[in-house]
Amino acid sequence: MNSPSMSFKQRVSHALADGQLRIALDRTTERFTSKRVAGLASLPDADAVRDCARSIRLHTLSRLDEYLEQFEANVTSVGGQVHWASDAQEANEIVLDLARSRSVKRVVKSKSMVSEEIELNQALISGGLDVVESDLGEYIIQLAGETPSHIIAPAVHKTREQIGQLLADKLGVPMTDDPVEMTATARSALRDVFLQSEMGISGVNFGVASTGSLAIVTNEGNASLTVTAPRIHVAMMGIERVVPALDDLAVMLLVLARSATGQKLTVYTDLLTGPRRGDPDGPEELHVVLLDNGRSRLIGTEVGEVLACIRCGACLNACPVYQQIGGHAYGSVYSGPIGAVLTPSLDREGPWHVLPEASSLCGACREVCPVRIDIPRMLLALRAETVHTGKGNRWVRVGFWLYRIAATKPWLFRCGVSVVRQLTRMFFVNGWLLRLPAPLSIWTQSREFPVIASRTFSEEMRDREEGSGDE
Amino acid sequence: MSETIFSAQLFATCLVDAIRPAAGLATLRLLERLGVKVIVPSGQTCCGQPAFNSGCLADARAMARYTVDLLEKSPAPIVVPSGSCGDMIVHRYRELLADELAYASKVERVAARTYELSQYLSDVLKVQDVGARCRRTIAYHPSCHLLRGLGVRSAPPQLLDSIADARCVSLPGAEDCCGFGGTFAVKMGELSSAMLDRKLDAIVESGADTVVACDAGCLMHIEGGLKRRGSNVSVRHLAEGLVESE
Repeated sequence: MNSPSMSFKQRVSHALADGQLRIALDRTTERFTSKRVAGLASLPDADAVRDCARSIRLHTLSRLDEYLEQFEANVTSVGGQVHWASDAQEANEIVLDLARSRSVKRVVKSKSMVSEEIELNQALISGGLDVVESDLGEYIIQLAGETPSHIIAPAVHKTREQIGQLLADKLGVPMTDDPVEMTATARSALRDVFLQSEMGISGVNFGVASTGSLAIVTNEGNASLTVTAPRIHVAMMGIERVVPALDDLAVMLLVLARSATGQKLTVYTDLLTGPRRGDPDGPEELHVVLLDNGRSRLIGTEVGEVLACIRCGACLNACPVYQQIGGHAYGSVYSGPIGAVLTPSLDREGPWHVLPEASSLCGACREVCPVRIDIPRMLLALRAETVHTGKGNRWVRVGFWLYRIAATKPWLFRCGVSVVRQLTRMFFVNGWLLRLPAPLSIWTQSREFPVIASRTFSEEMRDREEGSGDE
Repeated sequence: MSETIFSAQLFATCLVDAIRPAAGLATLRLLERLGVKVIVPSGQTCCGQPAFNSGCLADARAMARYTVDLLEKSPAPIVVPSGSCGDMIVHRYRELLADELAYASKVERVAARTYELSQYLSDVLKVQDVGARCRRTIAYHPSCHLLRGLGVRSAPPQLLDSIADARCVSLPGAEDCCGFGGTFAVKMGELSSAMLDRKLDAIVESGADTVVACDAGCLMHIEGGLKRRGSNVSVRHLAEGLVESE
C-alpha cells in the first residue's frame, strides 16, 4: 500500500518493486485489452459508432447548461429531487443532511467514482453512519482499508490469492482463491446489508436529459438492489454525465462495456426514472446530487474535452505506464492517462503537476478511447501550463532555453555538438557511455548512452560538398 | 528509374546528425539509388520536439520557426528519417504556430510536403522493393509517433519483407512503447527502464538478430538497453537495413 506522504517517484519505485502487483496487473490489463478489441470487432462499424459517441458527448458538453436544466426539470417531473453541489464539501453535506433528516443509520453503496472523488464514505462514517460498499471490488478494498486503483476494477491491484486471504482474515471464512467461492462469501454477507439499509447510494453512468432517467451499469446486479431495496436512493453524478435522449444513451452503451471489459453489454443495465409512483418497486425517495467540483471551469479550455470521458477505463489498460505501476502510484482517485489529465485539471491547487509527466506520449490511450479524447495533447497542454506558471523544474527550463539559442544558430549548434562530443569521448567505452552524471545518471542505471559520432551527418555533408567543389 | 524525376530535401534530425549519422547517410544513399535528387539544406538543427514535449513552448516555437524558414526555401518534398520529428512537423507545428499569421501559410506548405522516410518511399515513390539483400532475422519495432501520430503501420514492415534473404519475425507486444519518450527517459527514468525491459524481453523472445525501427530516439534507447544486457542483437534504422546488399 502506498502512503500519500511519498512522492510520485517514490510511489513508482514502490509499485515497480511489488511482485504481487505486477502479477495482478499482468493478469488483468492484458485480458481487458484483448477483450476490448474483440468486443469492438462485434460491431459492424466500430469506428463509426465511436465517432457518433464522440459527437454526442461533444454536442452535450457544448450545451451542457441547457441539458442539465432539462435533466433537472425531468427528474423533478417524475418525482425526484436534484441537488446542485459546487464542490466536495457541499456534496457531502447534502448527503449527510439527507441521511440525518430521515434518521438513516445504514447506507449501502454501489460503485461511484464521484463518491470516491469527494471522499463521501469518510464523511458519512464521521457522521456516525454505517456504510457498506456492495460492488465486489469496492467491498474488497473497503475491507482492506484501501482506495480503488482502477476506474472500473477497483481491486485490480490485488491477486485473487491476496483477496482470498483478506476475506479469511476479515470475515473468518476458510481461505480460498476460487473466485466463485469468494463471490458467494461476499454475496451472503451483502444480502442482509441491502435489506437493512435505509439509504442506497449509487453512481450514475449517464443521466438522460429528455426523460430524467438514470442509467447505471453493473455486472453484479448490486446497483439494482442498491437503488430499489432501501427506502431512499441518492445518486451521485458529475455534471458532465448527461446525455440528451435515450437514443444517445443507446449509442453510449454500445461503446461503454465493449471498451471497458469487451462485453457487448454489462450483465445489468438499470434505467431508473423517478421514485416509486404507485407501483410496488423502487425507492420512496430519489435524490440526484449533481457535482461540479471544478468541472464547469474546464469547459472551453485546452483540457475541456476530458469531460467527454465515459469512465470505461480502456486508457488505463492500454497505458504502458499504468501497466507497470497500477493506479495507487498516481496518488489520486482517477489514475492512468485520464487521471493524469483529470486530477490536475480538477484540483488546480494540489500537488499534481507531476502526473502529466508520467507519460511517454505513446498515444495508446488516444487510440483506445471510445470517444477519441486526445489525452496526449492534453498532457502536453498541462506540461506547458506547469512551465508557464513556473512550477516546473528550473533546470529543464534553462536547458531548453540554451538548447533553443543553439538550435537557431547553426554555427553555435555545431560548436555545441563538438563540445559535447569532446566531453563524451573522454569517457566512452566502445562507443558507449556506461555512466552519466546526475541528473542524467538515471539513464545509465539501466542503459548505456551513445557518444556523439566522430563525424556528424552535417560534417559528412560539408565534406561531401567541399569534395564535389574540388572536382 | 535512371532518370531523376523526383527531388527531395533531407531533414536528418538532431539525433541522426549527432548520434546516428549512419542512418542519415543511408537515407541519402537509398534515395539517390532510387533516382531522387536529394538536397540536404545546410544549417538544419532540431525540429523542437524535445522542448515541445517538455512544455517549453516558447523555445519549441523558436525552433519551429527556424526549421520552417529553412525548409520553406525549396518547394521539394521534405523527407525525415524519424516518425516523431515527422509528426512534429506535420501535426504539431500547426498548433504551435497557430497564432502567428506570418507563419500560418508557411507551416501549411511545409507540413503538407513533409514525409517520414517509409511514407515517402511507399506513398510518393510507390516503391515496395528497394533491392536490398541481407541475411538477417529482423524484428520491426513500430515507434509510437510513426504509428499513432503519422498513422504509418504497414509501409516499414512491407519494405523489410522485400529484403532478399532476410527473415522477418513478429515482435510480441510490438506496438507497446519502448519507454523512451524523450526527456521522459530521464525525468521518469525508473518507469522508462521498466518499459524498456519489457521491450527487450520481447526482442529476445522474438528470436531476431536485428531490430529495426524508424526513429533514432527509440533505436538509441533500445540499443543502449541491449548493450547493457550484453546482447548481440543489432539495432538498425530502416534506412540502414534497406541499403544493405551483402
